[in-house]
Amino acid sequence: MKPWLAAARAVGAEVASRHADDVDQRARFPAEAFAALKKEKLLGIIVPKSEGGAGAGVADVVAICHELGQRCAATAMIYAMHQIQVACIVRHAGGSAWLKGFLKRLASDQLLLASATSEAGIGGDVRSSICAVEQQNGRFELVKEATVISYGAEADGILVTARRTPESPASDQVIVVVPKTGYELNQESEWDTLGMRGTCSNGYKLRARGEMAQVVPVSYADVSAMTMLPVSHLVWSALWLGIATDAVTRSRACVRAQARKKGGAPASAARLAEASSQLQLMKANVVGSLRQYEAALGSEDAIAAPALAVAMNNLKTGTSQMAVQVINQCLLVCGLAGYRNDSPYSLGRNLRDAHSAALMVNNDRILANTGNLLMALREDPGLLE
Amino acid sequence: MGNRVEAQIRSLLRGTDYLQVKVDGLAEDADLYAAGLNSHATVNLMLSLEEAFDIELPDRLLRRRTFSSIRSIAEALAEVGITAEAA
Ligand SMILES: Cc1cc2nc3c(=O)[nH]c(=O)nc-3n(C[C@H](O)[C@H](O)[C@H](O)COP(=O)(O)OP(=O)(O)OC[C@H]3O[C@@H](n4cnc5c(N)ncnc54)[C@H](O)[C@@H]3O)c2cc1C
Repeated sequence: MKPWLAAARAVGAEVASRHADDVDQRARFPAEAFAALKKEKLLGIIVPKSEGGAGAGVADVVAICHELGQRCAATAMIYAMHQIQVACIVRHAGGSAWLKGFLKRLASDQLLLASATSEAGIGGDVRSSICAVEQQNGRFELVKEATVISYGAEADGILVTARRTPESPASDQVIVVVPKTGYELNQESEWDTLGMRGTCSNGYKLRARGEMAQVVPVSYADVSAMTMLPVSHLVWSALWLGIATDAVTRSRACVRAQARKKGGAPASAARLAEASSQLQLMKANVVGSLRQYEAALGSEDAIAAPALAVAMNNLKTGTSQMAVQVINQCLLVCGLAGYRNDSPYSLGRNLRDAHSAALMVNNDRILANTGNLLMALREDPGLLE
Repeated sequence: MGNRVEAQIRSLLRGTDYLQVKVDGLAEDADLYAAGLNSHATVNLMLSLEEAFDIELPDRLLRRRTFSSIRSIAEALAEVGITAEAA
């Protein structure tokens, strides 16, 4: 096992799980888990070695999200969102000295990055912006009505999408890296939700300023297609798989306790088998999609192809629904023991957290987008390549 | 070749709302994405081109850069045999 996966597993089992219920109940930032993740230097693992990171890849982040997802979904989601931002900078920094310097600082100081893509007035359509980068003498200013910035208050930096210029159309976007010293946040809404409560995804008015060198040098359309969208769907799916895996683990323990008393598997074991089979499908989807993304990474053409976008969208819409289905099965397996909040087999938090998956960029929006992309898909790729 | 195909692409774009600016003001190599072409409209543009020229664009041409300017679209069409003579 890679050292960082072992470290993440330990943080999950020893720290994140211990505070998960409190984080959920009080809708508070999982501070203990993040202190431990920073101590293990797990925030900078995908920063290249040349910039002081560990040079790990997307697969490593996927595996860590799966581990953390089984312990505290909010911790896993925050870790996932952070690494999505880091992946965008790592892949698209180009020759930018400012961005490379920032990555160095991120690795050495274990900076936590948040994301401001959603905006008042555009709904969840992250591929358009109202706010714009206003440039003057090599510096910029940017004001965004950000409806949701998870852990905005705890972050050390935010990646913000905006129109390239005040004259640009809504779809001509860039993404800007802003360290904490470069922005002010005025909180405009609270995050009191059904699940994923510890992500503290309040709404803010964001005012940012800085140097033009902080603007990622390629269009956000490319950043999104090549990195942000596929990596988001991979790491999210991995942590949703983690939430479902924990539910199956709890139900297995519940059934085994009955089986030991009876000296044989009870009737509910058959439904447990069904949940386990669905979990396996989900896992195959995550691993297969990860391999497909990794294979496409080396080729500009493969990574920009509609086939990859379709696969990554299907991964998201598929696993987000499957997570809830698996937990529903588990609820039937455990019965009241799963329904209770005060039982070791409780599935309430799993179910509430998993319901965010279909809304986190609405599945209907993604399905509409996939349907459109399918018009540009000529043939289905082969089975093994 | 060139001019006639490019004029046909222009007239096709003129009848749509894919762009946020008037197509007549755009140079052959102007960035259509900067002119408001979004990913949804890109697929619609592809479909309209296939219908107008009675062609099917192969996978290798279904890339963002193919639709990035009137000229790049004309070049893609030339690759599938649509030239001034054929059009
Ligand atoms: C846990 C969590 C954390 C988040 N963290 C962040 C963050 O850190 N930063 C950030 O920027 N955002 C974040 N988001 C927001 C997220 O990315 C989306 O922007 C948000 O979930 C969309 O919200 P919405 O449902 O209000 O909007 P919409 O997606 O606009 O959906 C509203 C309604 O419109 C319908 N709809 C919309 N489009 C279509 C369509 N094309 N076809 C059919 N129906 C459609 C949907 O069914 C839905 O009912 C987070 C969300 C969650 C759940």
